[in-house]
Amino acid sequence: MSRWTLGVSLAVLLVVAMVLGVLFGSVPVGASELWAVLLGGGDPANRDIILQLRLPRVLLAGLVGGGLAMAGATLQALLRNPLAEPYILGMSGGASVAAVLVLSLGLAAAGSWVMPLAAFVGAVGAIVLVFRVATSASRGMDVRVLLLAGVVVAAFFSACIAFILSISSARTVQSAVLWIMGSLAAADWGDVVTAAIYTLPAGILLMALARSLNLMAIGDETAHYLGADVEGVKRVALGVAALITAAAVAVAGVIGFVGLVVPHAVRLAVGSDHRALLPLSFLGGAAFLTLADLVARVALAPAEIPVGVITAFVGVPLFLVLLRRSLGAR
Amino acid sequence: MRIRAEDLVVRYPALSEPALRGVSFDVPPGSLYAVLGPNGSGKSTLMRALLGVSPLAGGRVTLDDRPANAWSRQERARAVGAVPQAESIAFPLTTREMVAMGRYPYLGPLAPEGSADRAAVARALEACDVLALAERDLMTLSGGELQRARIARALAQEPRALVLDEPTASLDIRHEMEILELLRSAANGGMTVLLITHGLDSVVQFADRMLLLSHGAVAAEGTPAEVMREEVLREVYGWPISVHTDPRSGAPRVTPLRSNAGSNGA
Repeated sequence: MSRWTLGVSLAVLLVVAMVLGVLFGSVPVGASELWAVLLGGGDPANRDIILQLRLPRVLLAGLVGGGLAMAGATLQALLRNPLAEPYILGMSGGASVAAVLVLSLGLAAAGSWVMPLAAFVGAVGAIVLVFRVATSASRGMDVRVLLLAGVVVAAFFSACIAFILSISSARTVQSAVLWIMGSLAAADWGDVVTAAIYTLPAGILLMALARSLNLMAIGDETAHYLGADVEGVKRVALGVAALITAAAVAVAGVIGFVGLVVPHAVRLAVGSDHRALLPLSFLGGAAFLTLADLVARVALAPAEIPVGVITAFVGVPLFLVLLRRSLGAR
Repeated sequence: MRIRAEDLVVRYPALSEPALRGVSFDVPPGSLYAVLGPNGSGKSTLMRALLGVSPLAGGRVTLDDRPANAWSRQERARAVGAVPQAESIAFPLTTREMVAMGRYPYLGPLAPEGSADRAAVARALEACDVLALAERDLMTLSGGELQRARIARALAQEPRALVLDEPTASLDIRHEMEILELLRSAANGGMTVLLITHGLDSVVQFADRMLLLSHGAVAAEGTPAEVMREEVLREVYGWPISVHTDPRSGAPRVTPLRSNAGSNGA
């Protein structure tokens, strides 16, 4: 499939997903009513539902899903492994511990920047820890150890969160559940702005690194001979992936496997050129999470399933298939 | 391009002995220079030291009489194409995509490839006889085809020098000779070729000069006839070896002997 065909298809899918996401929910809204509201009219109650609840929610789903998919594609290029992903490497877990800590200490009120910053520190701390464990001076980095370390570190972070919550007030516990399960239910315009401020410039920066990320597929030494600043590219790209992950965790909690499923599907369709892979992963991730959130809201309505549950239901089987395949290739 | 090494010393943190201990040589433009030596003698380290992957603990490298560390990454990559011994390809790539990576040092972060880039890639594919394989997935290529594609990538850099680490290892006779002929004609066209190799026999016919490494030091340096001497090779390889002159090509021929037939055993 050509990259343009896929790009247009994903853009159409994203728009359809967003329209469906606005129309469906506990109170269904008709298409004509949506149109009236978007043009500035409509019923005041519906106006509130659409403009203050549903629209920020679908936009946030798009930004978070697109960002996580780009972060996943970037980590896969850096680690030369299709199993790498912010959640599996423990980055999301590190970010969420920092976020819950900020929340339970009551620091979040200091400004909208506190939560993303803390989450960023947590994400970077987690990935540095995981890399340290998986790297030995004599043999370099073993990616299988890296994935194992990531999963174990993530489990440790879950324990940390459970501990922090057990000594926190009931009100904190209620709002902190969001960070463990991953949910877009609390989305507001402030979250959309936060996600956009971090994710969109990060996406542009990754696009500038796309050609360098391509070289990572043939190895560090060759990339060096072709003129790439290999260590510099790795550091910047890893930092940007951590930033995107942190922004996503700060506004929507831990949502796993988007960064695994989407780049994998895009790579199957158009190949491994990051100049196409990154933007198409953004579109695909945006559409995927918007649809996943729609399913999360309507499947058991009026109850809501955390959206991280939906993405895990899709992602874990794919992860296992890829894991088996990577063992078979050895 | 002239590649000169003066007294290179390279140490790896995990090893007590230096990997290179005082290696010097001078490769003039338009010549094919072969680097030989047993496993672990420092051949691959030499390539990494020349091109800035392994830091030097001593000595210096000059490219066209300018210190190698005074070249920017981009400048160096436009002037020197390199093919390391092994590459593992992490994601599916077509031959053309991989060869087009040779244009990396010519392109800005967001710039699309232009007609000059596409032309350089097409010339490189043609020169290495892989044009017909351009749209194939690299993983479906044979060993010889993959090596030719990797050399094409280095040629797409439009360099003035090529450094290659055992490009003909594990290739059959025809593919080995094709690659050596390709490198020889590149050198005849003015390219400086530094070829690291295991193949004592085949490269002798192509090299202008040779360097024989042993335990990280120079055991012999000179024309093939000067380097390919029985006593030197026996000493370096620790195996009885007979050298005689091939009646057809006039080049030295190397014959490893059965261990009980030599004078100094194994």
